[in-house]
Amino acid sequence: MTDTVVSVTTKKDWSTDQEVRWCPGCGDYGILLAVQTLMPELGLKPENTVFVSGIGCSSRFPYYMNTYGIHGIHGRAPAIATGIAVARPDLDVWVVTGDGDALSIGGNHLIHALRRNVNLTILLFNNRIYGLTKGQYSPTSELGKVTKSTPMGSIDHPFSPLALALGAEAGFVARTHDLDRKHMMETLRAAHAHRGTSFVEILQNCNVFNEGAYDEVTGRKARGEMMIDLRHGEPIVFGENGHAGVVMGADGHLRIVEVAEVGLEVILKHDAHRADPSLAFALARLSADDPATATQRWTPTPFGVFRDVDRPDYGAMLGEQLAKASAKMGPGDLAGLLRSAGTWQIT
Amino acid sequence: MTDTAERKSAPETLSRVVVRFAGDSGDGMQLVGDRFTSASAMFGNDLSTFPDYPAEIRAPAGTVNGVSSFQVQISDHDITTPGDAPSVLIAMNPAALKADLGRLEQGGLLIVNRDAFGERDLAKVGYVTNPLDDDSLANYRVVEVPMTSLTVQAATELGVKPRDAERSKNFFALGMISWLFSRPREFTLDWIAARFADELVRASNAAAFNAGYHFGETTELFDHPFQVESAHMPAGEYTNITGNVALAWGLVAAGQLAKLPVFLGSYPITPASDILHELSKAKHFGVRTVQAEDEIAAAGMALGAAFAGHLGVTTTSGPGLALKSETISLGVSLELPMIIVDVQRGGPSTGLPTKTEAADLNIAMFGRHGEAPLPIVAAYSPSHCFHAAIEAARIALKYRTPVILLSDGYIANGSEPWLLPDVDALPDISVPFQTEMNHVDPDGTDEYWAYLRDPETLARPWAIPGTPGLMHRIGGLEKEDGSGDINYTPANHDKMTHLRASKIAGIAHDIPSAEVVGDADAAVCILGWGSTWAAIFAAVQRIRSRGEKVAWAHLTNINPLPANLGELLRGFDTVIVPELNLGQLCRIVRSEYLIDARSVSKVQGLPFTSAELEQAVAAAKGVQQ
Repeated sequence: MTDTVVSVTTKKDWSTDQEVRWCPGCGDYGILLAVQTLMPELGLKPENTVFVSGIGCSSRFPYYMNTYGIHGIHGRAPAIATGIAVARPDLDVWVVTGDGDALSIGGNHLIHALRRNVNLTILLFNNRIYGLTKGQYSPTSELGKVTKSTPMGSIDHPFSPLALALGAEAGFVARTHDLDRKHMMETLRAAHAHRGTSFVEILQNCNVFNEGAYDEVTGRKARGEMMIDLRHGEPIVFGENGHAGVVMGADGHLRIVEVAEVGLEVILKHDAHRADPSLAFALARLSADDPATATQRWTPTPFGVFRDVDRPDYGAMLGEQLAKASAKMGPGDLAGLLRSAGTWQIT
Repeated sequence: MTDTAERKSAPETLSRVVVRFAGDSGDGMQLVGDRFTSASAMFGNDLSTFPDYPAEIRAPAGTVNGVSSFQVQISDHDITTPGDAPSVLIAMNPAALKADLGRLEQGGLLIVNRDAFGERDLAKVGYVTNPLDDDSLANYRVVEVPMTSLTVQAATELGVKPRDAERSKNFFALGMISWLFSRPREFTLDWIAARFADELVRASNAAAFNAGYHFGETTELFDHPFQVESAHMPAGEYTNITGNVALAWGLVAAGQLAKLPVFLGSYPITPASDILHELSKAKHFGVRTVQAEDEIAAAGMALGAAFAGHLGVTTTSGPGLALKSETISLGVSLELPMIIVDVQRGGPSTGLPTKTEAADLNIAMFGRHGEAPLPIVAAYSPSHCFHAAIEAARIALKYRTPVILLSDGYIANGSEPWLLPDVDALPDISVPFQTEMNHVDPDGTDEYWAYLRDPETLARPWAIPGTPGLMHRIGGLEKEDGSGDINYTPANHDKMTHLRASKIAGIAHDIPSAEVVGDADAAVCILGWGSTWAAIFAAVQRIRSRGEKVAWAHLTNINPLPANLGELLRGFDTVIVPELNLGQLCRIVRSEYLIDARSVSKVQGLPFTSAELEQAVAAAKGVQQ
């Protein structure tokens, strides 16, 4: 999709008459607004668009989009969406999921959708908590997190959704957050333009059960020094006047340095199209929890497109096989099929 | 089989014979059994087969656990079972002898591979003395043939290494049996020539086959060959078909008849995987298959494809059906057409993965959370799997519901000759998609109501993505009657629960009535379902040929039951329900109709024999046999 597409719809065409039932102040409102605003810009048609979700707060999303949609079962949205996308490559299929839905009960479906490269755009709303079940820790909750199910603090080690996606061979991996609609729309636009599975982690606040989950990174005061804006082809610098940057040490680890001390030329240049995902993986780990201390200590965190690499998508490859089989064997002939193992006549 | 003092060259004619090939898992018994079957089919015999193999791909060689057998009955008349007891047993080693001797009829012909009866081979299966040398086989006609050494001799002449040559000994056995039963040799030789790409393997197998055939002809170990004349079967074109292939072809046919592309989501599981394999070859029919990451995903993909307008199918066996349960419940709630195939095997858990059982009726009926009824169709024979698949699709599409189609390991792997149906005479099962708004709002706005039901079938409309104006969201949350919007109100949930139940119950009027086979005035009626059909058929034939009376009704639609079934069953003094489980259908008919139906159970991983069912009928009459 390019910016030259003429909008045939407005935001209103993408909204339903359903009362939105998220808690007042939930980060999901901002994401919904961004998506509903983006759809007309992408020149898409509601009838050719399908939103699929699992279970959780985020999974109510399809009810508010005036498209085709399935509110599925816990964790299974990528599987259901795979059926839709593989059956109908003409459709634009989106998956809306959360950290519990996608990474815990549905972890298997997520990694296999990414591996297969089914043509889906997956939006993972990561609020690091189970909201719909009223506040248990999730697979992305930090160690030591005190919740109803972890009164003495979580001893369950979290993982990074982006590192997981990259490990599962995802071709498109990005991160954005619920407080910056412009960045969100820019990221989703890039995700949608990518053919195959696009995976976007959206950091999202749960003001009821995990208030301020990302304040230290995306909060208005923190943002300037804590968010690293990844731009393809540009040096990875951040902070006021780009004073800080990311370098790769001799040991292969990424480090944050003062640009003035090392010089801009040694700062890592971001390459989202690199075939080898190891650098994207290192960036995804740049702000991971410190396993030794068992607590979250935020460090500057990258946002934007980590990886954007093309490879054939599953539905297209299956379509090619179908076409090849038809070309070779002719269109299916049922009477012929029943005779294909040899027959005999009895008179 | 009778002994004759003099050797005769003319074949003796038998009306039927049961042959069982038994050997190690790696001996190729399934292959030669299958070839003997094909040759017999081409010859025009009626036949029925029973592959019986272990769960392990290669259990330790020479052990009883590793024995793989293939039983086939060939006949000059209409038969339905692979036979209760073989009259000929080919035992390739002591393990095979030990495992299968008990099945051989008294006085039956036992052909053993003498070369495989060394001391170590005997010790492996616990034979203290060689059964070929003591009198333990006195009740059988034993023919000892050094099959391994004769095979090696024949093949090494062509330059095949002895170790490789040995592997052709199954073809030696096939050659011998082909002569013994007067099967034309060319058919098998042509097949060998076409099947094996490696020249030496091809030559070795052909040499072994010919050596076995000539061995039968020239030695005096067998008095004379036998002949089983072709059966007087209805005229027409036949093929030999297994249940899994028939089921896969039935799904292909259903797609054509419904004018919908078929989408299969499946995870490999014994004994259902062959359906996945077969459908994966049907790409030129537009059939899409995805080997999913797990059983749950397979069901989810099928349901997603159904939402998108395809004929969504998922195939599995018992353990997989358990995993799919939540997704099937979602299918019940979404009211989308979907077919779930369960090729049953011995359970619970991994149970007897390669053996048959029909104990998944309970999970098919009741294995979902909430009130989640769905239609159940059960195939009864290998070829019936074709028609059962079409029937399952018809119901799924017409009523927008998941349908469970039950098969089992016995009919899935067993084969029979199939009079090919006229494809032009198969039913049109297509249903229209919704393309227009179907409701007017009080303020005059046209709307699409996703749950506005057809008053007759109670099916909801099926509007697929890509249809302008009919965008809608559906999910697992309770929906408002009509609009399909989320609705949690008590009265609405009560109404929707009853509507979903009524929709399924109403299908009773859209399926064939139950019919009595045999004597309507008999005291005992056998109520069967699924693969017990074959043994019941044979038992009923035998009982009635003695001039005794018995009635039989066989169900292919198990939920809902045919509308007339209660009345039919009440017409008999005694109803017996033979099942390869502990009485699952029996419990349903007892509770449904308040009749004193009696269960006849077998859970040995094996089908009923017809003799067992004859005894069950006799017992039900209170007569000692």
